[in-house]
Amino acid sequence: MEEEAAKIRQAVAPTRQTWFSRMAQLFQRGQLDQALWDALEEALISADVGVATTERLLEAVKARVRQVDHPSPEDAHLALKEEMVRTLETPPAPPPELSACPRVVLVVGVNGVGKTTTIGKLARHFRSQGQRVLLAAADTFRAAATEQLQLWGERVGAEVVAHQPGADPGAVAFDALQAARSRDVDVVIVDTAGRLHTKVNLMEELKKVRRVLQRLDPQAPHEVLLVLDATTGQNGLLQARAFTEAVEVTGVILTKLDGTAKGGIALAICADLGLPLVFVGTGETPEDLAPFDPATYVDALLP
Amino acid sequence: MFEALTTKLDAVFKKLAGRGRLSEKDVDDALREVRVALLEADVHFRVARDFVARVRERAVGSDVLGSLTPGQQVVKIVHEELLSVLGEGQPRLSLSPTPPTVVMLVGLQGSGKTTTAAKLALHLRKGGQRPLLVAADVYRPAAVEQLVTLGKQLDIPVYQQGIAADPVEIVQNGIRRAREQGNTVALLDTAGRLHVDDEMMQELVRIKERIAPHEVLLVVDAMTGQDAVRAAGDFHQQVGLTGLILSKMDGDARGGAALSVRAVTGVPVKFLGTGEKTDALEPYHPDRLASRILGMGDVLTLIEKAQAQVDQAKAAEMERKFRTASFTLEDFLDQLQQVKQMGPLSQLLEMIPGMSRVAKNLPASALDDRQLKKVEAIIYSMTPLERRRPDVIDGSRRRRIAAGSGTTPADVNQLLNQFHQMQKMMKQYSQMLSGRGGRRLPGNMFRL
Ligand SMILES: Nc1nc2c(ncn2[C@@H]2O[C@H](COP(=O)(O)OP(=O)(O)OP(=O)(O)O)[C@@H](O)[C@H]2O)c(=O)[nH]1
Ligand SMILES: [Mg+2]
Repeated sequence: MEEEAAKIRQAVAPTRQTWFSRMAQLFQRGQLDQALWDALEEALISADVGVATTERLLEAVKARVRQVDHPSPEDAHLALKEEMVRTLETPPAPPPELSACPRVVLVVGVNGVGKTTTIGKLARHFRSQGQRVLLAAADTFRAAATEQLQLWGERVGAEVVAHQPGADPGAVAFDALQAARSRDVDVVIVDTAGRLHTKVNLMEELKKVRRVLQRLDPQAPHEVLLVLDATTGQNGLLQARAFTEAVEVTGVILTKLDGTAKGGIALAICADLGLPLVFVGTGETPEDLAPFDPATYVDALLP
Repeated sequence: MFEALTTKLDAVFKKLAGRGRLSEKDVDDALREVRVALLEADVHFRVARDFVARVRERAVGSDVLGSLTPGQQVVKIVHEELLSVLGEGQPRLSLSPTPPTVVMLVGLQGSGKTTTAAKLALHLRKGGQRPLLVAADVYRPAAVEQLVTLGKQLDIPVYQQGIAADPVEIVQNGIRRAREQGNTVALLDTAGRLHVDDEMMQELVRIKERIAPHEVLLVVDAMTGQDAVRAAGDFHQQVGLTGLILSKMDGDARGGAALSVRAVTGVPVKFLGTGEKTDALEPYHPDRLASRILGMGDVLTLIEKAQAQVDQAKAAEMERKFRTASFTLEDFLDQLQQVKQMGPLSQLLEMIPGMSRVAKNLPASALDDRQLKKVEAIIYSMTPLERRRPDVIDGSRRRRIAAGSGTTPADVNQLLNQFHQMQKMMKQYSQMLSGRGGRRLPGNMFRL
């Protein structure tokens, strides 16, 4: 078994290199044949784009290159990238800056994807624009979740509203928004406990947080951001669907892109739900957050 | 856990199940769908490719194509190959003869190490051990507090030095503390890290070299996609793993990462994490997992039993009758006798996919083997005409049959009703096979 495993490890590790050299060879031959389509399919699948979205993308590209005289492998490669960028650009832009004050951002996602860390980074981002930020520690379930958020608050200069462990998350969110109003805060970011989208009562709890916020401000939350770990496979689409259904997600943040995972399931999410990607997380420091740029992302996914 | 993949393969093999003989092309078609199902379940594309190639080789090489139950044969091969990749479960940690046993938990960020450490500690304590948790994640804000809080909740001691110390020192001191306090197991919660972060991976290597842990367990998120092989492969290569724990198995992720990671590390899966609570840790059953993947119940055993007992030519004829719904009480008797040779009815039902649920809802009497004998006696008391055309059975015939079999006319009636129901189901089944009926029936129910 160990021998076999080592063989597979070897086969898997240099994936990128062999893919590159294979592409280079295919480009050299200048022929647009099955081998090229296979190579492109492999690149997409291994980036977690998923079978259905991969097929749809490749079909679109095939249709496009058919209209070209003597299409080359480069044509296909570029057409694919364009197709991917186009997928990621729908809808064209993130929602316009809202003038609501304070603006409420609800952050949701399954366990361990990077919600709290991303909130720290977002707080820093808004702070650097000169805004006053308040964080709501509405993860009252996970051990030391509040302490974690408080440390981030200190780190980036944001106040934190928190209750006791086990308190009602809705109450925390409510207090936070109320406090934000009296303290002239511009942005309230609500941290929620990680939860699997299949747990009915936990999803109900999330809906309640949203309803409670709406009691104070019918427009709140102005943004609902779903945090998605780039290492997530096809389950990401189910997560996005379930969270959208429960709390009307408005945008997706893709974290942990500093690893080797590409987060291709985001393409499926964009294509399927029309949700925009708004930020990407690329590390564990406050600065490791960047606005999402489709072209840059596609270049990284499909060099 | 693997329900999604299950449904997928179910559909694939239902298509096969309806056919008589399979051509090589049929096998290829099915395997293509198996490949897609594996990819959709997040099995790494190379692992999936190898897997399918192995199944194909065996399927085409054996007498699957000429066999009477080709669908089942292919399933059987897929199942066996799955089992061989999934490996044996090893739901225990190897404890050192000279305590404390040192167990190190490693993994990517957010995979669930801290929660898993607490779960393991609880599990070990239930097994009579005296665990100590060691907080060696000095990087993630409040990671130490998280472990300390969990320790308090469970009343399990936690060794910590805050976040200013070097993790290598912390674990050394932690192990010393365990020895002094008489703790039998030290569980090290290390920081989550990327497999490509050289500095952080070196830290693990240093810890490992300094303390020589008895177990190095990789915690893998069940929702992981294609990258699982890279991450797990790198961890294994650099730190040397002794086991795996699959976390977040309570979601609806198809969990193909398990297959990938097993293939790439070859180390055993030790436990599954199935919830956020500290007692949500379960042993790993590869057979259960593989069966779940295939949606097959314990079909393997069933197939083996059936193969041993069922006269193949008769089975083929029977299958034709099922499909054309020209099944008579005589055939029913025949089936009963073959079934009887295979073991108690309740046990058989348990093994049929979809039937274990049905079996639970049946009155106990229905699963009674004495009931079978009664049915047998009733059919024996019928004339050949009655067996073939049960609708000729009127009141006086019914009384005669009851007297002859030592039962009551009501018993005879009940059997006739049941048989009638069965014929109706068969009709639906054959319609379904010809693609008209939409209702789903348990896959292999009538293929004994
Ligand atoms: N490398 C890397 N690590 C990240 C990134 N974002 C978050 N992490 C790490 O992922 C781990 C989990 O992050 P958290 O922010 O605690 O995740 P969470 O979603 O709040 O977790 P729960 O509240 O427990 O569900 C931590 O170790 C973070 O440092 C990222 O962009 N890159
Ligand atoms: Mg959190």
